[in-house]
Amino acid sequence: MAKKLMKGNEAIGEAAVQAGCRHYFAYPITPQTEVAEYLVRRMPEVDGVFLQAESEVAASNMLFGASAAGVRTFTSSSSPGISLMAESISYIAGAQLPVVYVNIMRGGPGLGGILPAQSDYFQATKGGGHGDYHLLVLAPSTVQEAVDHVILAFELAEKYRNPVMVLGDGMIGQMMEPVQFPAEAVTEPPDRPWATVGMKNRPQNLIRSLFLNADELEANNLELRAKYDLMERDEVRFEFYHADEEMDVMVVAYGTMARIAKTAIDALRADGVKVGLVRPISLYPFPKRAVREAAGRAKAVLVVELSTGQMVEDVEWAAPEGVPIHFFGKVGGNIPPPEDISEEISKVLGGKATPRGLYGRVEEAS
Amino acid sequence: MTAATIFGTPESLTDRVTHYCPGCTHGIIHRLVAESLDELGLRETTVGIAPVGCAVLAYHYFACDFQEAPHGRAPALATGAKRARPDLTVFTYQGDGDLASIGTAELIHAANRGEKFTIIFVNNAIYGMTGGQMAPTTMPGQVTSTSPAGRDVDQVGYPLRVAELIATLRTPSYVERVSVHTPHHIINAKRAVRQAFEYQKAGRCFSLVEVLSTCPTNWGLTPLESLKWVEETMLPYYPLGLKKSPDDEV
Amino acid sequence: MTLDVMFAGFGGQGIMLIGQMVAYAGMGEGKQVSWLPSYGPEMRGGTAYCSVVVSDNPIGSPVNRNPSCCVVMNRPSLEKFAPKVKKGGLLVVNSSLIPVTSEREDIDELLVPCNDLAMELGTAKAANMVVLGAFVGRTQVVKLESLDLLVEKQFAKKPKFIPLNKEALRVGIERGKAEAS
Ligand SMILES: Cc1ncc(C[n+]2csc(CCOP(=O)(O)OP(=O)(O)O)c2C)c(N)n1
Ligand code: SF4
Ligand SMILES: [Mg+2]
Repeated sequence: MAKKLMKGNEAIGEAAVQAGCRHYFAYPITPQTEVAEYLVRRMPEVDGVFLQAESEVAASNMLFGASAAGVRTFTSSSSPGISLMAESISYIAGAQLPVVYVNIMRGGPGLGGILPAQSDYFQATKGGGHGDYHLLVLAPSTVQEAVDHVILAFELAEKYRNPVMVLGDGMIGQMMEPVQFPAEAVTEPPDRPWATVGMKNRPQNLIRSLFLNADELEANNLELRAKYDLMERDEVRFEFYHADEEMDVMVVAYGTMARIAKTAIDALRADGVKVGLVRPISLYPFPKRAVREAAGRAKAVLVVELSTGQMVEDVEWAAPEGVPIHFFGKVGGNIPPPEDISEEISKVLGGKATPRGLYGRVEEAS
Repeated sequence: MTAATIFGTPESLTDRVTHYCPGCTHGIIHRLVAESLDELGLRETTVGIAPVGCAVLAYHYFACDFQEAPHGRAPALATGAKRARPDLTVFTYQGDGDLASIGTAELIHAANRGEKFTIIFVNNAIYGMTGGQMAPTTMPGQVTSTSPAGRDVDQVGYPLRVAELIATLRTPSYVERVSVHTPHHIINAKRAVRQAFEYQKAGRCFSLVEVLSTCPTNWGLTPLESLKWVEETMLPYYPLGLKKSPDDEV
Repeated sequence: MTLDVMFAGFGGQGIMLIGQMVAYAGMGEGKQVSWLPSYGPEMRGGTAYCSVVVSDNPIGSPVNRNPSCCVVMNRPSLEKFAPKVKKGGLLVVNSSLIPVTSEREDIDELLVPCNDLAMELGTAKAANMVVLGAFVGRTQVVKLESLDLLVEKQFAKKPKFIPLNKEALRVGIERGKAEAS
């Protein structure tokens, strides 16, 4: 297939179709409504189902039902909508169902704004809903990668029978870039012997997250944990951009911020500055080992996010003792141009920036 | 000699220029609410609750205290405020996506409990703010960005008649549907809005006024064509008039 | 080679379209491209703008603090973006609607009466094609043939507008090629 110039949101919709997904349930919210506006036309062409739900609460529970009935299904939303889905995401994780969520993040908390943000990192990687569960989280930094991640998300969701989230931001959703769809994106759906499709001659299939017996619930929790252990071993994804050499400053950024950081890094490297980037692609599982190893080659680390500091906590946890960790964040929908990041890197190089300490910033300042 | 002022800005409105599109009737409805609050002397004891929708910024335009609710949850916030302080005048101002889609549960249960606040429900048959998606109130066959071939009632059902739905509840309430597409209709709508606040002032009952409104931008019509569309397309499906009164026999 | 450009004007001037045409044309010529629109509250009645990057290499940031080129179709856009153009960069001004200039000496400022030139061809609606032509004439970032193809596609359902828009591109290109002032 030839390259097509597509808006991120539309490309995400097409990627789901290419991945063989025929069931989409959603509720409009900026900045991702174009996914729905694309699929309302596209799904009928492939005999698929498009349904506008009455709310995100309903949309996500429709995914619950559809997935339990054994089909590929996904939704897209943006931050406030994902919060409403948090309840059912917890149920879906508990019931071990493959479902794909796309969150095109906007600023929060609350109604916040509609411009790009990366402030749902905690929600995506650490829970969001109640209970002991994880989403597998992928963070694209180009429209092409958004396509690849949506397709991969269906595979991983089915491989682990676990919800997977593709975490982009308003910029990925709104921008147009050339994309290429893989020649054979549709993978064979796995056997779903657990699906509720009518008993016929076998014993009852039951999709549930309720285990009143302590031992049974513990068994389910441990089963989930075993999956997360496998994910942490097998599904870590990241990119090193000049990060396998000695660095004066190592930048860590994901998604949109990573590509902006690359431009800053290119400019500095042209001037002979030793700076590289580690880009987590899977946010859960977090590339802990890669960050630790690369940070060992760096004199200082600078984490850049469209938040006031979320992923930086994982970087702190992953980095070896003694490497100073700096943070630069922009929020509210303000996107730092590469020049801002270059300046921040220069400050770190020039010893003009204060690293994050053990006791928080207020303590440091006083 | 000083000229007598016969028309001015109600005290309950600020003089801020609204962000509403040309020809949108949200502004008229704001005015009717404000005039009613003025006339009943309620402004200083009123708390408005803004929805998520084009009226999300209503708090800039009303000169009274305001709260901004999550999408669809205004009746729950109103319940909290009114139960906490029964002497307040509390009203929500909600669009059809906000009230009749994501917020149906909050609406029905507030009405059924007989919460003594007022809902001003602006039905423009579309999601205005997000750029024209189908609402539960979208007319059969109406083209929107998520019903590009027109609303298909076999797939998504018929438009929800909120006023009639609420009127079926046994709990006493005041429910009326009005429109603002002609001066004559505006005068009548004013009477209904004021009536709702009068019932609240008297501590009588839950009140809901459904107001048919325009969205020229997302209907893809001129302001004048929009007014005509209300008359010709919406009125036959959404009959105006009183649906329920607290004086009805139960 | 990497060229980044910001197109700005008010809604309805066809700003987003000409930005997309540059991106499509660049892609057709085998380059890397990105197109990023403004979206959000400012869209209602306000200024619309988009940033386009065309490059031989993978594109990092789709926006820059100081764009190397800027095309402004109305006065608020000039006021907002002209001071941001990179030193030595290009500013294309629709002088039909903008009676002032940036007053900057350190950039190449190209004044093109786009609406007037388009009117001479029959409709002010083609002002965006004139300005696109001027920009491309000056920067040579994409080929005229690529734009012609896109015009044919864009107006496939209203073919009678094709010659007019192609002509508008040419009128613009002539202006763009004129000696830098
Ligand atoms: C949880 C959540 N989901 C979705 C949205 C996006 N959203 C904002 S306004 C709106 C619909 C507004 O339509 P309506 O209530 O009819 O008001 P109108 O703009 O037509 O006056 C939606 C879906 C949101 N803000 N929060
Ligand atoms: S989008 Fe529609 S409802 Fe919203 S302000 Fe404009 S006309 Fe009014
Ligand atoms: Mg509405």
